[in-house]
Amino acid sequence: MPADAVIDQAATAPAAAAPAGIRIDLQLIADMIRPGTRVLDIGCGDGALLDYLVHFRQVDGRGMELSQAGVNACVAQGLSVIQGDADTDLAHYPDRAFDYAVLSQTLQATHNPLAVLRQLTRIGQRAIVSFPNFGHWRVRWHLGAMGRMPLTPTLPASWYDTPNIHLCTIRDFFELCRSSGIAIERAIAIDAKGRPRPIRSLQLANLLGEQGLFLLKGRG
Amino acid sequence: MRNSPEVRARLPGERVVFGRDQPMPLDSGVALGPFTVAYRTYGRLNAEKSNAILVCHALTGDQFMAETHPITGKPGWWDQVVGPGLPLDTDRYFVLCANVLGGCMGTTGPSDPDPATGKPYGLQFPVVTIADMVRAQKLLIDHLGIGKLFCVIGGSMGGMQVLQWAAAYPERVFAAVPIACAARHSAQNIAFHEVGRQAIMADPDWCGGDYLNQGRNPSRGLSVARMAAHITYLSEAALHRKFGRNLQDRSQLTYGFEADFQVESYLRHQGSTFVDRFDANAYLYITRAMDYFDLAAEHEGSLAKAFQGTAVRFCLVSFTGDWLFPTRESKLIVNALNAVAANVSFVEIESDAGHDAFLLDVPEFHRTLAGFLAGCAEHRGLGRS
Repeated sequence: MPADAVIDQAATAPAAAAPAGIRIDLQLIADMIRPGTRVLDIGCGDGALLDYLVHFRQVDGRGMELSQAGVNACVAQGLSVIQGDADTDLAHYPDRAFDYAVLSQTLQATHNPLAVLRQLTRIGQRAIVSFPNFGHWRVRWHLGAMGRMPLTPTLPASWYDTPNIHLCTIRDFFELCRSSGIAIERAIAIDAKGRPRPIRSLQLANLLGEQGLFLLKGRG
Repeated sequence: MRNSPEVRARLPGERVVFGRDQPMPLDSGVALGPFTVAYRTYGRLNAEKSNAILVCHALTGDQFMAETHPITGKPGWWDQVVGPGLPLDTDRYFVLCANVLGGCMGTTGPSDPDPATGKPYGLQFPVVTIADMVRAQKLLIDHLGIGKLFCVIGGSMGGMQVLQWAAAYPERVFAAVPIACAARHSAQNIAFHEVGRQAIMADPDWCGGDYLNQGRNPSRGLSVARMAAHITYLSEAALHRKFGRNLQDRSQLTYGFEADFQVESYLRHQGSTFVDRFDANAYLYITRAMDYFDLAAEHEGSLAKAFQGTAVRFCLVSFTGDWLFPTRESKLIVNALNAVAANVSFVEIESDAGHDAFLLDVPEFHRTLAGFLAGCAEHRGLGRS
């Protein structure tokens, strides 16, 4: 894929404003999900997305979360969540068990991102992945001008206590999908103001997108 | 002895007799009937009969879970969980608990009279399994006209029954909560049970299981069995916190075999109060039922197969300090449920109390139960509280 390839944007990201209580990137993910489907949210945290999907999209939602405290909070609010590690525990699920496998702001914290992506596209008819874009101008500026590891709204933790071990840029992600045969159906860059932009110019998106959000097609 | 047939005949609660016309087939191949199931209910069954929660009790538990126990006078074993405004809210749910088959609290067991002879069964009572216990519970649920239980819930042996319910009658169960349990009894667990059984059978008063007909009771053996089992219910941390190496009512060692240490005195007390409420042969039969339990073995060695296509919503709970049914046993069940894409939640609760944690005041555990049930109630159309 050439660097500035135009991705098919037949279904452009809706510009719906997020209701109070749900983050813009989670709202964008929710908008990609058809109501009444089966969704596995990996790294579901406190269950904000799952709760929204269950109550506003009538989704049959399940979650997996690494922190036991997060799991307990989710279950106590009536969500179906297990303690589990994306790197190891996705292997237990059968092929195409879910309509959507969601990995929001978690890919960069996995040990083997490619293996996790392969599991996502195996388990889900579609996979939805979002991550902080390490190619964003502010990150580049931080490292380039300051000579220090970036601290930004999407990368708020210091280098020594961040869970993120495999940071990438939007361009890197494109490249990984291309070389691994993972089909991208939709690609969105979210700018610093939380505005979603369909990715038409990879160069611009990589510079201006604070987060990347991708809808991937399942295999088989 | 407070738990005599005469005392049991006067216990409060409901009783129903099954297998009069058609005996119930057991896993052992024997057909049992007639037999009695004794149970207690709390709360009210709604018009649609959609709010029933069946609680399955543990090895030495019984149906008196949320009231003063009629024999011991102590609070019910789950009185912090079952009641108005509690996690199993009796203002919303109809909660019932039946004494297990083979038990000694009103449901037919080895201490009850064999209809063929009029004398206590003793070892003539057929060996029962967890599946047999669940079969008897299902007859009760049928009898009450409940098509689908809202939830089946239980800890330890009760958790095994929950798994058996979900595997054998998935269409009769909306949600299932197996707590601190396993899909099979481990070799170590069987070993501990064997120690208890041997203690009972080594007591001269056991009389080959015929002690009731001979007017005797193997209370020393049963007491030792209880002491050994009780250690497995606690953690080292809990024992240490409670007793350490503190001495009991003395300032020096006696250099003898009195209960010098508080922990010894505690275990002796546990043993001696247990024999007042429990029958020795029932202990043999029920521990055997747990030992035989192996849900995967019944499904060609695949635990996932036991749950293929299930629509039951599961919530598994384990406790960090439980070494009798450790978290890894629950995770095996979770993995099997994931393998069939079942709807499953799994919570590990931080507690150093040991296996007994599910019987204690552990707020996070109670929040989990209440939250899971509230979520299920919403899906079942019972409304969010």
